[in-house]
Amino acid sequence: MTKKLIGLVVFLLAVFIAVPMLIAATGRTDLYYVFTSVALLSIASAGVWLTFFIGRINIGQGAYALMGGYVSAILIMYYGWSFWWTLPVAGIFCAAASILIGFPILRLRGVYFAMVTLILTEVMRLLALALPITNGAKGITSIPPPGPISLFGMTLVPDFATLQNPRIAFYYLSVMLMIACFAVLYRLVHSRIGHICMSLQQNEELASSIGVNIAALRVMAYAISSFFGGLSGAVFIGATQSIYPSSFTVTDSVNFMLNCFLGGLGYVFGPMLGTLVLYLGWNLLFSTGEFQLLIYSTAMIVLMLVLPNGLLSLGSFKRRG
Amino acid sequence: MSHILEVKGLTKRFGGLTAVNDVSFGVNEREILSVIGPNGAGKSTLFKLISSFLKPSAGEVTFRGERISNLAPHIAARKGVVRTFQETTIFRNMSVRDNVIVAHQLRARASLLGFFAGSAEARRDEVRFAESADEILSFLGLDAIRSELARNLPHGHLRALGIAIGLATTPTLLLLDEPFAGMNHDETMKAVAMVRKLRERGLTVLLVEHDMSAVMKISDRIVVLNFGEKIAEGTPAEIQNNQRVIEAYLGVEDEAIGL
Repeated sequence: MTKKLIGLVVFLLAVFIAVPMLIAATGRTDLYYVFTSVALLSIASAGVWLTFFIGRINIGQGAYALMGGYVSAILIMYYGWSFWWTLPVAGIFCAAASILIGFPILRLRGVYFAMVTLILTEVMRLLALALPITNGAKGITSIPPPGPISLFGMTLVPDFATLQNPRIAFYYLSVMLMIACFAVLYRLVHSRIGHICMSLQQNEELASSIGVNIAALRVMAYAISSFFGGLSGAVFIGATQSIYPSSFTVTDSVNFMLNCFLGGLGYVFGPMLGTLVLYLGWNLLFSTGEFQLLIYSTAMIVLMLVLPNGLLSLGSFKRRG
Repeated sequence: MSHILEVKGLTKRFGGLTAVNDVSFGVNEREILSVIGPNGAGKSTLFKLISSFLKPSAGEVTFRGERISNLAPHIAARKGVVRTFQETTIFRNMSVRDNVIVAHQLRARASLLGFFAGSAEARRDEVRFAESADEILSFLGLDAIRSELARNLPHGHLRALGIAIGLATTPTLLLLDEPFAGMNHDETMKAVAMVRKLRERGLTVLLVEHDMSAVMKISDRIVVLNFGEKIAEGTPAEIQNNQRVIEAYLGVEDEAIGL
């Protein structure tokens, strides 16, 4: 218990104090964008992780990130909504869509479910190209930065447009959302719901024989997963101030899944670590030019062979040995 | 006497094959009833039909006067008809105790949201589930292995764990799928004693099995299937002397030895 508490405190210190201090010391404020991306992508990956947790390989999170991004962008640009209100609405919209999509496709297992979800991302991209409201390939651009949040006349969050460096604000926003999402995920997994999800993952027939409504539980997990995806997409377009059909593609969907694999499917914080390592790793390899993808993929294959249970399994090895 | 479970004209066709053909029988409360038959007689199909894992082509199953065929398995379980599985159908990556605790799903009073938020009701549920799991494990003589990972258990213990999972749902009628399959004589004797204890606990037991000697020992009544049809029903003594049953079983053996 105390060990967990220390871990949490160290994590919070690192995220809220060490990272900003380091960036201030090196003067590379562009790194804020990198860490903002990592935080947001890890929220989407956390959703994918949850579908893994009920025994489904989800390669379709990009679809919901794109959907959430467009919902937010459309509400802001065409309906004049505040950025802040679009966040929960984008999440709920994606969750609702995923319930409709999930009911038929969650009956599928293994590679069949994976294939259908893979196609979902492509379907979303084509939809975004075709629909009039998404403005086709030109996308939606010049989205205004988030406005202020005030409560009883007190300004809680200032207008991002008036800030000297809105990047820092987006960093704090993303990190706080990431912590909230992972707190929800952690609680979910460590409560009885997590045990029931695990029973589902291990044997659906047996789970239904002990009275678990497997269809409802699957859809619930998928809806939460898609909520995370939509939320992450919505914040993303706030940070980049634009969205295109290619903002989230099949590659992103695959990356969300790889983040979970790399971090460890057996660990709630696996997707967070996986996203950090993959994102930074990919960017660090940028200097290798044409070899970037080759080195990256080789490293991925080696890691999966050596550490099939993910990076976090290193920790549990040490404890055992 | 009115039956607790009633099977009426139950029929299941898979394409052109009729696996179960117009089978009817009743199960009395606190009875041990066995369904036997040679391989391919339709036992497993009948079993799945009764536990709502398959939907019948015709006929129905009623439990306490209420129709349970065509319901989803988890609804049938909620009404008190719970099945166990053949072989190693357990939650492999959980401890024995966690297997039984998670199986208490039906007894939960708190909602999923309650469990998420850790409400008082949910905490009371957790305590009750743990106590009940320990009681079930000691009832079945599994306390010594309760922290073992389920996938590491030997065969006989796995079967018992399957029954423990079933018991956690507090069934009225427990359906056992070949509880003695793959067991040697000693293990079978232990399992027979266990099934008897289930009845002492107040349960009605319906089992599907082809180990004849074990079935003869524990059954109050036996239903015999052959080629999807019921060919006999009665006490073990009646079944042993039934000409059609003897023919059905001898017929199979003739084929088996190539006569």
